[in-house]
Amino acid sequence: MSLELFLLLAAALLAVGLYGALSQQGVVMIMMGLELMVNAVIVAAAAFWFHLSADRPDGQVLVLVAITAMAVEMAVGFAVATAIFRARDVDMVDSAADLRD
Amino acid sequence: MGEMVVFMVCAVGAVAAGIAVFRVDSMARATFALLASFVFTGVAVLLLLDLSYLGVLIILMMVMEMLVMAVFMIMYMMNPAGLTPMAMVHNRRGALAVSVAVFTALAAGIWLVPWPEAGAAPPPDPTESLGAALMGSHMLVMVVVGMVLFATMVAAVVLATDRGRYDRYGDDLRRGAADAPVRKGVGR
Repeated sequence: MSLELFLLLAAALLAVGLYGALSQQGVVMIMMGLELMVNAVIVAAAAFWFHLSADRPDGQVLVLVAITAMAVEMAVGFAVATAIFRARDVDMVDSAADLRD
Repeated sequence: MGEMVVFMVCAVGAVAAGIAVFRVDSMARATFALLASFVFTGVAVLLLLDLSYLGVLIILMMVMEMLVMAVFMIMYMMNPAGLTPMAMVHNRRGALAVSVAVFTALAAGIWLVPWPEAGAAPPPDPTESLGAALMGSHMLVMVVVGMVLFATMVAAVVLATDRGRYDRYGDDLRRGAADAPVRKGVGR
């Protein structure tokens, strides 16, 4: 198994997640797109560790940080979705477009 | 040969399930498609890259996370059962163009960049080296991750809770009896 194939898998996952994050309207669906993108980072970091520097633990630590980022994104994302739904009955990003101001 | 078969099954399965997340008509189905995508990548990391601990961690965490997500999906989103077709997208064509361009650029980079030669062989127990690093040379990462997770717990509770103690007992916490959650519900 070569490094390039794993990186290709990561690139495909990143592209799919990017499409979802850009095109979806539901808050939770956008979070799914972001999760797919973080998953791509995990695959790429694990492949880099295995193929390029398996004798050092840095790649594994990067995977651990990416997993943590995924958990944090999920928890805070749900909390924000709950807060904005409670305040304004909004569950679509288009209805919350004024937040960009 | 066997490794190649496992990789192809996992890679095709992960990408196909990832695409299915944004194609299916039901929120619950989208959640479980995402779970399938994570399990496929977790199996690939587990079996092909020798990261047994991190692979199992990904799979277990994602199973729990997607179950929670399914509850949120059904709570908030329209059409949880997928009985009618649904499309909640904006600017589909632009998003598709951007993502195809990103994938093309990344794929070109993957094949054009001269990657360095393979390094040393993995240690006999990668989990042990990860643990030793987290408790030794990479202690700062462990400390930061712990603090971030703690801050996340506090922030998530603060954001998600409706009534705090200051709502119930007044700004200076001097109100004798707490407000009822529903006004006039029990005569207060």
